[in-house]
Amino acid sequence: MRTIPSAGVGLKPEHYAPALAAPADGLWFEVHPENYMVAGGPRLAWLEAIRATHPICLHGVGLSLAADAQPDSAHLARLVELTVRFQPALISEHLAWSAWDGAYYPDLLPFPRTGEALARIVDNVGRMQDALGQRIAIENPAHYLRIETHAWDEIDFLTEIARRSGCGLLLDVNNVFVGARNLDYSAEAFIDAIPGELVMEIHLAGHTTDANLGAALLIDSHDAPVAPEVWALYARLLARIGPRPTLIERDGNLPDFATLLAERARAEALLREPLRAAA
Amino acid sequence: MVATMHGARTEEIGSLWRFQADFGKALFERSPDGGAPPELAELTRQPAFAVYRNTVMKGCVDALQANYPSVARLVGDEWFRAAAALYARANPPMQPMLVQYGEDFEQFLAAFEPANALPYLPGVARLDRFWTEAHIARDEASVDPRSLAALDSATLLHQSLRPHASARWCWFDTHPIFTIWQRNRAPGLFDESEIDWHAEGALVVRPHDEVRWLELDAAGHAFIVTCAQGGTLGDAVSAARAIDANADHAALVRLLLEAGVFARPSMLCSASEEPLS
Repeated sequence: MRTIPSAGVGLKPEHYAPALAAPADGLWFEVHPENYMVAGGPRLAWLEAIRATHPICLHGVGLSLAADAQPDSAHLARLVELTVRFQPALISEHLAWSAWDGAYYPDLLPFPRTGEALARIVDNVGRMQDALGQRIAIENPAHYLRIETHAWDEIDFLTEIARRSGCGLLLDVNNVFVGARNLDYSAEAFIDAIPGELVMEIHLAGHTTDANLGAALLIDSHDAPVAPEVWALYARLLARIGPRPTLIERDGNLPDFATLLAERARAEALLREPLRAAA
Repeated sequence: MVATMHGARTEEIGSLWRFQADFGKALFERSPDGGAPPELAELTRQPAFAVYRNTVMKGCVDALQANYPSVARLVGDEWFRAAAALYARANPPMQPMLVQYGEDFEQFLAAFEPANALPYLPGVARLDRFWTEAHIARDEASVDPRSLAALDSATLLHQSLRPHASARWCWFDTHPIFTIWQRNRAPGLFDESEIDWHAEGALVVRPHDEVRWLELDAAGHAFIVTCAQGGTLGDAVSAARAIDANADHAALVRLLLEAGVFARPSMLCSASEEPLS
């Protein structure tokens, strides 16, 4: 990636052709490696072609770092293989679990932030970084449930994982907003307290309200444009910590590629703002 | 207390282990907090617990619908998603590469009573599965038909051609499942006239980027089976003729070669088993 962190977009198969044709000016793409853990075929061919002109980040959903188990060694080996092949600018995973006792639950599941969980996650992040030979970033989850057995504050927990394992953070600003609304804490205070030097990447995404509970429960659905409140939190974060590579994440209700690029341009403008102010 | 679910695990069960075992079970429970132990019931009683239940189930069902589009088109969204949810409860994904999820959906449909009236449904599922397997199979070059054109007939019949890494084929004894499948896999591309109820075979292959398919008759099916078993083209022609004495093997070979069904051999052989220079 360039010295000035730029904005990227999540890459979807529907956008392969326009993504390949897009000007390379700082544009980067992020993919879930799980979708490319295949023996061959057009997915890998497209990613290879796009990688030739744009940086790629790998954003895993399947390593289940917060499970009380070591990461699956076969899955980790597949991730290493993709890393060697595509030389990603950054590799990230979620602070969540999804694999348990031979089953894979396609979601990012919560857990009580305890000393026991901390030790397990630090060990798992270490195993992942050792296998990949590089520093990774872990993403703060969206919160829906009140878990009374949390022993750690979330920011302290994230910071301690980073301190002990050497990893960085992927700060998902929409997750901060959704969690703060759902569990009734201050998103601004969270954004202001996150240690800026640990943030390696920022995610921006859209959310929706729950079908049954309405605005009382926000869902991190990635199927809408980034909300105005999330843009405001993002600007607030950048003003404090400076620019960081920023991703527009979109998974559902996929708009055309140009619409995603317009959202990305808004992030780019905010990333360059401090430079303009200094000029 | 020592865990027994993991054979190799001897360390103490901690609260994280217990939490995840209970949480995982609760995700597929039908009743809001049926059977959840007290600590977890604190969570399953919250309306937000449904977010996880719904997301997990939607993830499974969406993946099945993406992997079995022809089945879904035949039975309609509502029926498909209800059946897929039952499948997912009994067979949650076992790994995060969801393109591979639903390996035995065909067998599930075959044993699924509400699908009894649609006896061709499991076969349609099998062809959707073939499509996925071909789509993600390892890349491999197909034999170039021109490389065979120069060979004399005796030399040609002596060649053993292995099916391409992405090739999948089968024979349907009782129903025209290939015809039903292709009309639903690529709606609008094929004629919608009444289907003549007959047995037929199918072959799915991805020589380059796109998955292709073709219908096989019984002789064609015998031909590809013989090739896959390591037989020479001569053996395959004999197998096809044993099924249908009038089989046009030249047309069949041309069709298979043009579809990219055979892997490019490292070398072609002469009639005396010496490599051709």
